[in-house]
Amino acid sequence: MKTSPATTPPETAGARATAAHRSSPRRVVVVGNGMVGHELVRRLVAADVGHRIVVFGDEPRPAYDRVRLSSYVATRDVTALALAEPEVYEHPDVQLRSASRVVAIDRDRQVVRTDQGADEAYDELVLATGSRPFVPPVGDGDGPGCHVYRTIEDLDDLVASVASGARRGVVIGGGLLGLEAAEALRTLGLHTTVVEFAPHLMPAQLDAPAAAALRRHVEALGIEVRTEHATKRVVRAADGRPRALEFADGTTLDTDVVVYSAGIRPRDELARDCGLPVGERGGVLVDRTCRTEDPHVWAVGEVAAVDGVTHGLVGPGYAQARVVAARLAGGDGEVPDADLSTKLKLLGVDVASFGDAKATTPAARCVVVDDPVAAVHQKLVVDDDGRLLGGILVGDADAYAVLHQFHLGGEPLPAAPITLLQPAAGDAAPALGPAALPDSCTVCTCSNVTKGEVRAATAGGRITTLAQLKAATNVGTGCGSCATLCQRLMEHELEAAGIEVDRSLCEHFPHTRQELFDIVRTRRVRTFAELLDGWGTGSGCATCKPAVASMLATLWNEHVLDAAHAPLQDTNDRYLANLQRDGTYSVVPRVPAGEITPRQLIVLGEVATEFDLYTKITGGQRVDLFGARLDQLPSIWQRLIDAGFESGHAYGKALRTVKSCVGTAWCRYGVQDSTALAVQLELRYRGLRSPHKLKSAVSGCSRECAEAQSKDFGVIATEKGWNLYVCGNGGMRPRHADLLAEDLDTPTLVRVLDRFLMFYVRTADKLERTSTWFERREGGMEELRAILLDDSLGICDELEAAMADHVASYTDEWAATLADPQKVARFRHFVNDDTPDPDLAYVRERGQRRPVFDHERELLPVLATSGTGRSDGQVGG
Amino acid sequence: MSDLATLVPERDDTSHPGHVEVCDLEAILPDTGVAALVGGRQVAVFRLSDGRVFAIDHHDPCSGANVLARGIVGDAGGDPVVASPVHKQRFSLTTGRCLDAEDRCVDVHAVRVDGGRVAVASPD
Repeated sequence: MKTSPATTPPETAGARATAAHRSSPRRVVVVGNGMVGHELVRRLVAADVGHRIVVFGDEPRPAYDRVRLSSYVATRDVTALALAEPEVYEHPDVQLRSASRVVAIDRDRQVVRTDQGADEAYDELVLATGSRPFVPPVGDGDGPGCHVYRTIEDLDDLVASVASGARRGVVIGGGLLGLEAAEALRTLGLHTTVVEFAPHLMPAQLDAPAAAALRRHVEALGIEVRTEHATKRVVRAADGRPRALEFADGTTLDTDVVVYSAGIRPRDELARDCGLPVGERGGVLVDRTCRTEDPHVWAVGEVAAVDGVTHGLVGPGYAQARVVAARLAGGDGEVPDADLSTKLKLLGVDVASFGDAKATTPAARCVVVDDPVAAVHQKLVVDDDGRLLGGILVGDADAYAVLHQFHLGGEPLPAAPITLLQPAAGDAAPALGPAALPDSCTVCTCSNVTKGEVRAATAGGRITTLAQLKAATNVGTGCGSCATLCQRLMEHELEAAGIEVDRSLCEHFPHTRQELFDIVRTRRVRTFAELLDGWGTGSGCATCKPAVASMLATLWNEHVLDAAHAPLQDTNDRYLANLQRDGTYSVVPRVPAGEITPRQLIVLGEVATEFDLYTKITGGQRVDLFGARLDQLPSIWQRLIDAGFESGHAYGKALRTVKSCVGTAWCRYGVQDSTALAVQLELRYRGLRSPHKLKSAVSGCSRECAEAQSKDFGVIATEKGWNLYVCGNGGMRPRHADLLAEDLDTPTLVRVLDRFLMFYVRTADKLERTSTWFERREGGMEELRAILLDDSLGICDELEAAMADHVASYTDEWAATLADPQKVARFRHFVNDDTPDPDLAYVRERGQRRPVFDHERELLPVLATSGTGRSDGQVGG
Repeated sequence: MSDLATLVPERDDTSHPGHVEVCDLEAILPDTGVAALVGGRQVAVFRLSDGRVFAIDHHDPCSGANVLARGIVGDAGGDPVVASPVHKQRFSLTTGRCLDAEDRCVDVHAVRVDGGRVAVASPD
């Protein structure tokens, strides 16, 4: 705000009345920076009419995606909750005052007063203060161990409370948010109970049979459910912490933590205090333009009572924000009837409810599919003309997006309702698809985007991922419930245009790698079959199987050749060697930091000679031995292990090498012992499975002989310690690493590296290098420093502990394989014959052999007798 | 079993004329494959976790290497496939068609499981 109230030229009431329609600049003050407040600011900026906008927010950060708040418990990553266009707050006309609360409104002077005592003048004032959690009157219910579930800080408090030794948790309230909170408690490892006053879960959205199906799912997750229970008081232990809940019927339930999720109340005090009328059940009373009785004061979101009715969903709030933004820019518009549909995904349980879900419309008829075995309950409510009035989907909500559109469109259904849920005998799929929708239908009600606009955005393959589509059209950036539909629409368009489509991990999992990683970690999934059963379809493929195998290996460190994991592995991991072009393998023993004894060098030479292996020293300071047949691998490795070698993981998406120079041990320039550190790091992180292979290096001085700045993580010695560089390499698109920290002592360096590697492993996408992972993150190096050095997310202990687990549970995969005769038995070319592959053929080149190329096969007899080459013909046999 | 003669079993041979027993079903981990020599032909035999057993050529026409049994088994739109371990082209286990290179395909071989033994139709 550039103009102080004192210098504001006085205006007459009449001039003010038409102010909104005048050309600007106008001063707009937005009180509240939640999702709806953010949407309003975004829309105001986009309107580009030169408003000066001041936004006040209670919380210490810009608006974030509260709808997905629960995911924060697992990731503790605020940046993952970013809303569309966070950069609007950098716009020169926008000022965001975080952690700043408006305490009073003076409508006569047109100023708001903040808790810091400052006044801010407005021409137009928009209240977007949202709501606060309702805490039911529970005896002794306010104090340590009792929480609400609304903000990042609430969740941080909850996590801290749980961390102080809680084992059991109770959520009071079995509505949508209550179930989310219960899932969060479960994620935190608590034995969790949901207590609901009504006879069934989600009473606002579901009928009794649907709620029963939901309850079966919730209980299958290990969450206990108690309905028809009124909480009377919290029983506290001597130290003041909760010990149990006592109910109205006199029964009790032991618990260490209580979370209230019993509804919300509009934060309408500011309006009440300045004399603005409020609704019967609270909320700032506004008309369909979202204007209060004061022409310069507006209200949007959960605090707004449009025609007296408040809504606790983001969709109606976004619609209100759009109307106010349009009106402040001189346009018009009114909010439509609120769309109260909800879709919830409680990690694996689909719940959707839309329209007249409880069939209260006269003459409404219901089509119900209820499968208690699969715990699926689906209900469609139609009228006499076959129009879809509403519906409920529990357990299987795949049809939601399209059904919801038919409901909003108000046109008769294209087929008998039952066929929309259940395919008729012989049909492969229900008679619904995104192609069936008209272009005019609104696919994203939060951002008001039609199917036609999505089609236009994707035309010609300009957009191929959901992320791009979100950026271009804002679909799916509000409540997110349309994301699946939009993805399918986009894929449909792209496929029609003959363009390949990005489908999350693969056709078997509609999740990103990070989402799957979180599922595997928080739900303690141990096998691929379990994950596929709960979160995927089909039987998997060469994309998802190795990706999941990598997660399982990272998290649980089980042997990759165990029967449950072996089918997940591509040949490299399955045979612990790198497949080469003729079907033989290369053998790469670990040579930590390139330091190798003469005796070990001799053994490598002896083994290579005995098995006639092509030998090459690689850029990663290792000796690769090529041309080993499947059946030869165990005997080769037995020889190597006897000589003190172990697997170099050259076949895995894992740490490969830590390259080093000789450092102070021999070098006349070295300032630190780079070889010792490189050995230490390579041994610490050996076997760490990651989204992409990892390479590292340590240089003993700034001459950088080990080329540490071209690695995923690299260390350069200084006079005072170590400089740490990260996220270099980049493969096809080379990238220099960036400096993360300077002059670290060795224990600190190791601690930071533990954090860095584990954070990367947990948050990167499939096959995503550290370089692309880094470039994708919005906060850059500042953010990474905050997370890894200042522990801004509070996850460093957890990351270090995870790495400590990895280090403690490391075993050499080849030694373990050789100790298991059943695993050794898999190393043969034919299951029914001991002969090796008869098609293998080699020629000699520069003194060693290499496989023939196809065009050389017919020349084999010539090559075999020529002076420079000699065919080995059929090796072995 | 280095002697090819031992491949022709006494017991089941008459019940499956033209089939050659290659191994116990238990010798194949569910959702993996093994290579077998059947009448001089390299055949890849896959056992799926749902109990189905398939056999196709072991030779990968895309890379020229005899490796298909070592690929990852999965499905593409419900059709069981194996991805070549060399360059990941997928081959249908039911039709032998290559899903990623239209001009390539492999032969599919009839396979039977009887008394816990897997037998593959001899290509000759």
